[in-house]
Amino acid sequence: MSHVTDHPAAPPAERALLSVRGVDVGYRTGRRSRVTAVRDVSFDLYPGQSMALVGESGCGKTTLGLGLLRLLPRNGVVSAGEILFRRKDGRLVDVRSLAREELRRFRWSEAAMVFQGAMNAFNPVLRVRDHFLDTFRAHAGGRRPRAQLLEHSAELLRMVRLDPVRVLDSFPHELSGGMRQRTLIALALALEPQLLILDEPTTALDILTQRSIVERLAELREELRFAMVFITHDLGLAAELADRVGTMYAGRMVETGTTRDIFHRARHPYTSALINSVPPVTGDLRIPESLPGGPPGIGALPPGCSFAPRCAHAVDRCASTRPALDVLRTRPEGMSHAAACLRSHELFAEGVTRD
Amino acid sequence: MIDRTVPADQQPAPGPPSAPDPGTGDAVLSLRGVHQVFPTPRGDVSAVSGIDLDVRPGRVLCLVGESGCGKTTSARVAAGLAAPTRGSVSFRSGDVAAMDGKERARFRRSVQYIHQDPYASLNPVRTVYSTVSAGLRRHKLVRDRREARRATAELLERVDLTPAGDYLDKYPHQMSGGQRQRVAIARALAMEPEVIIADESTSMLDVSIRVSLLNTLGGLRDELGVGFLFITHDLAVAKYFAWDGEIAVMYLGRIVEHGSTPRVVNDPRHPYTRALVSAVCEPDPDLARTRDRVRLRGADIPDLTDLPPGCDFHPRCPLYEQGDCDTVRPPLVPGHDRLLACHVVGGG
Repeated sequence: MSHVTDHPAAPPAERALLSVRGVDVGYRTGRRSRVTAVRDVSFDLYPGQSMALVGESGCGKTTLGLGLLRLLPRNGVVSAGEILFRRKDGRLVDVRSLAREELRRFRWSEAAMVFQGAMNAFNPVLRVRDHFLDTFRAHAGGRRPRAQLLEHSAELLRMVRLDPVRVLDSFPHELSGGMRQRTLIALALALEPQLLILDEPTTALDILTQRSIVERLAELREELRFAMVFITHDLGLAAELADRVGTMYAGRMVETGTTRDIFHRARHPYTSALINSVPPVTGDLRIPESLPGGPPGIGALPPGCSFAPRCAHAVDRCASTRPALDVLRTRPEGMSHAAACLRSHELFAEGVTRD
Repeated sequence: MIDRTVPADQQPAPGPPSAPDPGTGDAVLSLRGVHQVFPTPRGDVSAVSGIDLDVRPGRVLCLVGESGCGKTTSARVAAGLAAPTRGSVSFRSGDVAAMDGKERARFRRSVQYIHQDPYASLNPVRTVYSTVSAGLRRHKLVRDRREARRATAELLERVDLTPAGDYLDKYPHQMSGGQRQRVAIARALAMEPEVIIADESTSMLDVSIRVSLLNTLGGLRDELGVGFLFITHDLAVAKYFAWDGEIAVMYLGRIVEHGSTPRVVNDPRHPYTRALVSAVCEPDPDLARTRDRVRLRGADIPDLTDLPPGCDFHPRCPLYEQGDCDTVRPPLVPGHDRLLACHVVGGG
C-alpha cells in the first residue's frame, strides 16, 4: 500500500473516485499546429476529498479542470492518458472513452462544474426556476411531477441559505453576485454528484460574500460528502478549503501534498515563492517577496525545468534536466507529498523553503 | 516605529526608506463634507454621504470596503471626474470647483488616476509610446518626437519595464496584465503628479505580480513623494502598501473607522472592520482553522434607496444592541487613537 499510486503507469487505485493517469490536454491552433497546455498529469482523488489546484494564470489549471469533464472548447482535446471515474453504481469508466449520450448522462449526475463567471453560466432570459427544471429534465432519468421538482429546487436553494420564494422567480440579473454564485452551487448539487469541480468559485466576489460562501461550501461538503477539485489563484482560499493542494506550473503538476505539506513544508521553489508573495493580514508587517516574470508560453517551454529561468535556486543542471515528480513522503489515499525539483532535498536541508 | 525592510533589489535608487516629509506636510488634496447623490427612477441614491479625506505628499490613504460602499465614487470626486452634489474638493488649498482654466489644467495634471482594469484602460490601437507620451505632447512638455521617445523610455524604466526599447512600440495585446498596468502607471507618471488615485489597481493581477507592482508604486511614494489615494477591498494589500499611512473604512457611503494602518488592521474596533479583517483567507491552514471569525447577522448589503434607520450597519452587526443602534445614526467621532462611528464600541 506504500507504493506510489498516482504514477502514469500505475493501475487505478482501489477506492479512488477519480484516477487521472498521464493526461495531456492540447488545443488546435491552426490546421497543423497544436499546443499542449497540460502535460502528463496524474493524481488520485478519493471520495470526499477536497483538492485545490493553484498556480498563476496560464499554468493550465482551468484547462485541466475542463478536461476532466471533457468540457473543453471545440479546439481543445484530451490527447493522452486516462481519466478513470468510479460511478455511483461502482463501475469504473474512462471519461475519455464515453460516447456522447453516456457523457451527457455522466455530467451533472456524477460530476458537476461550477464556472467562474456566475452571470455567464446562466441563461439571462430564463428564470432561476427554469434552470432547475431544465437541469432535472435533461439529466435525471425518469419523469417526476413539476411540483415535486420545484420543491426539490427550493430545498437546494435553502441548503445554500437562499430564500427560494424570491430566488426561484428571479432572472439571473436580479440577483447579486453572491446570490448568483450560491444559486450556481445549488444547481450543481441538484443531482447529488460525487465530484464538484469549481473554477475560481469566489474570485469576483466581495470579501464578506466570499467568506459566507467558503463557510457554506465547507459545511455542505461535511453533510453531503462530495469530493471537490477547485481551481484558484487565491492561496488563502486553498489553505482554508482544501485537504490537499496541487501546484501547477507551465502545464505540469510540480508539487502535490496535504495542505499542511504545501503551506508549511513546500519543497518546490515555485510553491514557496507563491506563498511568500501573499501579504498576510494578521500579525506584524511581513514584507512579501515578489516573483518577477511570468510563466513561459506553452509553445516554447525551456528544455529542463520550466521554472528554472525564474527560480532563485536554479543551478546549471536545472536548465538541461527536467525533474520528475518525486515522492518525498508516502501517505495513503493520494495524500503523499511529491515535488518536481532537482534540488528539493538540498534546499530543504539548507532551509531555503519555508518551514 | 516600524522597521520597513524592503529588499534592497526593490529599491532602484539608494535613499532613506520611506522617509516622510518633514512634519508630514499639509494635505495636497482634501475632501470636505463630500456628498454624491445619483437620481434613479426608484429614488435618489446617496452613494457618498459626507466624507472628509486628506491626501498628503509621500503618504498613503487607503479606502477599503465592499462593492457599492462608495469607494470609487469618492475617488472620482477626488480626481475631479465628477462634481460632488455637496461639499468641496480642494487642491493645494484652492477649491477645485472655483478654479479657472489654467489652475484646473494644473490640477488635472497633478492628480492622476490609475484604473482597475488594464485591459480596458489602454487604447488597443495605440502603441505604448503613443499612450504614455500622449499627455506630454498634449501639454507641450516635449518639443519633438525624439524628445518624446526619450522621455517615454525614462518613464518606462521608472516603472520597471526594462529595457524600455523593447516596450516602446508594443501594443497592449502583446503584453501581460502586469505589464499593461505598468504602462498605465507610466502614463499617469508622465504628468509628474503630486497625487495618484489608484482604484483597485492590483486586484486583477496574479499574486506574484501584485507584490512587484506594489513595490513599484511604493518607489514612487518614497522617492518622488507622490501621495496616494489607494482603493482596495483587500485588507492584506492595504496593510502592506499603507503601513505608514492611514486606512479609512467605508460602509454605505460613510466612513465608519479611520486611523493609522497598524491600529486599524491589527486592532480593528468597528464591528464592520472586524468582520472584514476576520473574513480574509490566510495562507496558513492551521490559522485558518483556529481563527475566531466574526459572524454577521446578515450577508447582504441593504438597498441604498431604502436604508435602515439608525446605524446603517445594524441589520448585519453582531454587536447590535436595542436602543441607539436602530434609532440614531452614530457620528464619526475621535476616540483615543482613531475616528470611529459606533454606539457600542465608540468612545473608547
